[in-house]
Amino acid sequence: MVIRGRALVVGDDVDTDAIVPARYLVTSDPAELGRHCLEGLDLGFPGRIRPGDILVAGENFGCGSSREHAVLALKGAGIGCVVARSFARIFFRNATNLGFPLVECPVLRDVAEGDLLAVDLRRGVIRDLTSGRAFAAPPLPPFILEILDAGGLIPWARRRRYGA
Amino acid sequence: MTLAEAIIARHAGRPVAAGEFVEVPVDFVLANDITAPLAIRAFRELGANRVFDPSRVALVLDHFTPCKDVRSAEQCRAVREFARAQGIPHLFAEGRGGIEHVLLPERGLVLPGEIVVGGDSHTCTYGALGAFATGMGSTDIGYAMATGRTWLRVPRTIRVELSGELPRWVTGKDLALHLIGMVGTSGANWCAFEFAGKVEALPLDDRLTVANMAVEAGATAGLFPPDGEVLDYLRGRAARGYEPVYPEPGADYAEAVEVDLGRLRPLVARPHSPADVVPVEGLGEVAIDQVVIGSCTNGRWRDLLLAAEVLRGREVHPRVRCIVIPGSQELHLRAVREGLAEVFLEAGAVLSTPTCGPCLGGHMGVLAAGERCVSTTNRNFRGRMGHPEGEVYLANPAVAAASAVLGRIASPEEL
Repeated sequence: MVIRGRALVVGDDVDTDAIVPARYLVTSDPAELGRHCLEGLDLGFPGRIRPGDILVAGENFGCGSSREHAVLALKGAGIGCVVARSFARIFFRNATNLGFPLVECPVLRDVAEGDLLAVDLRRGVIRDLTSGRAFAAPPLPPFILEILDAGGLIPWARRRRYGA
Repeated sequence: MTLAEAIIARHAGRPVAAGEFVEVPVDFVLANDITAPLAIRAFRELGANRVFDPSRVALVLDHFTPCKDVRSAEQCRAVREFARAQGIPHLFAEGRGGIEHVLLPERGLVLPGEIVVGGDSHTCTYGALGAFATGMGSTDIGYAMATGRTWLRVPRTIRVELSGELPRWVTGKDLALHLIGMVGTSGANWCAFEFAGKVEALPLDDRLTVANMAVEAGATAGLFPPDGEVLDYLRGRAARGYEPVYPEPGADYAEAVEVDLGRLRPLVARPHSPADVVPVEGLGEVAIDQVVIGSCTNGRWRDLLLAAEVLRGREVHPRVRCIVIPGSQELHLRAVREGLAEVFLEAGAVLSTPTCGPCLGGHMGVLAAGERCVSTTNRNFRGRMGHPEGEVYLANPAVAAASAVLGRIASPEEL
């Protein structure tokens, strides 16, 4: 599956308080959380997000609190996927569990705000159509792919008849 | 096998090595008033009817409690209803609870050799007791509540060899900040810290602080082999039988670092990163508006004692609000009985019932734009305690208390 969208660029160590500040954690509604997406970074950020945008981050995206609301906020804001040089462990688990697409690509660099990107999730290739560059991500472990292919942890578990 | 590998191997029923994915049974599962509502939703979406074992689930209402507004009250009500319907005995709330990671060790609910998963990133705190404990999101917790199982990637282990003795006014907080400053905020991502050498030089309360902050370096867990102090602490307290696990000789460590505790000094982490660590005395004049002493990081007895030692007979600077929050009802009562409450109140501090409130900018001490706080909590991210233009400096309780008195960031040596 290839996701195309406009690059929205953020830096290193974007923590989950920045993705959705704790004062909004009185709901689990993605649309409401999405209205505050990345507000912790910049109060004007939610207004800059257009549905289908691809968030491009540096190292350690999603560090800090375990709040799954961070993934819901990105989904709710219409972010198509997040590509980063690295993801913090809990955020990576949460996105995987919710079937939200991430690509971890340590060699990713020099993507400019507004560049058009094409991200091939299955092959782990990020193409910057504006600059003509391409970046290859290391393949995902088979266990993670199994969960992603099922659409997240819950459909994966239901398929294995847990809790049913 | 390292301590992390040995605990996971015992649960998997076979030897394991760093990097592999395993499914394991869990011994205990917890969630709080923010993460439980989503975990309950995941639990229902799974089609589950009953939690795997009601006695092995804790629901702790601590983040926005006593409820700060109607919506937080609705979330707490939903968690209470779930606990009642499932017959979960360990529902902790105002007046009979505390901050989850202070409370659960106190109640003997998390034990050496166990695997504990929690819907809170600071679940790694229980590594101080020799439990493989780690924070996860709500879907993972809903799955664990339903099945009693979780998936793990076995972490690589960074061994931290300790030597020396803690100097006066230096605590586990300073060791934690030193380590995070050394490896960086992602230096231990998908790794575990394992402490070795002179662990007995750190009192248990300090080890809980160190394990608590392992996640600020990205670590999955921060593990201490349980020694006599831990086993004594758990005597008469442990809610179940348990079997401690220790690392095997010749285990394969990804990295090894050494820390001489005797060379540590009181440290602070400057805004807005827990890895931006400098000695207090190198800071220069930094005026402050607020001090917070408490949290899952530093809300334990030794923390309160240190703060009281500094504040006894002194006054909080007229420009400063100083908020002291014992981490549990038991500690709050003890602070009253042993005269610490009087010390704090006479000094002009606020003494609050246990809550996570100010640490995450929830309530009970939210910062305005341009305000500066010295806090014994764990995160100083931009906006963490309120307005994005607020500033948080992380420090140990003695430094926080001395700063409250002097109205600027200061070492207790200056008093």
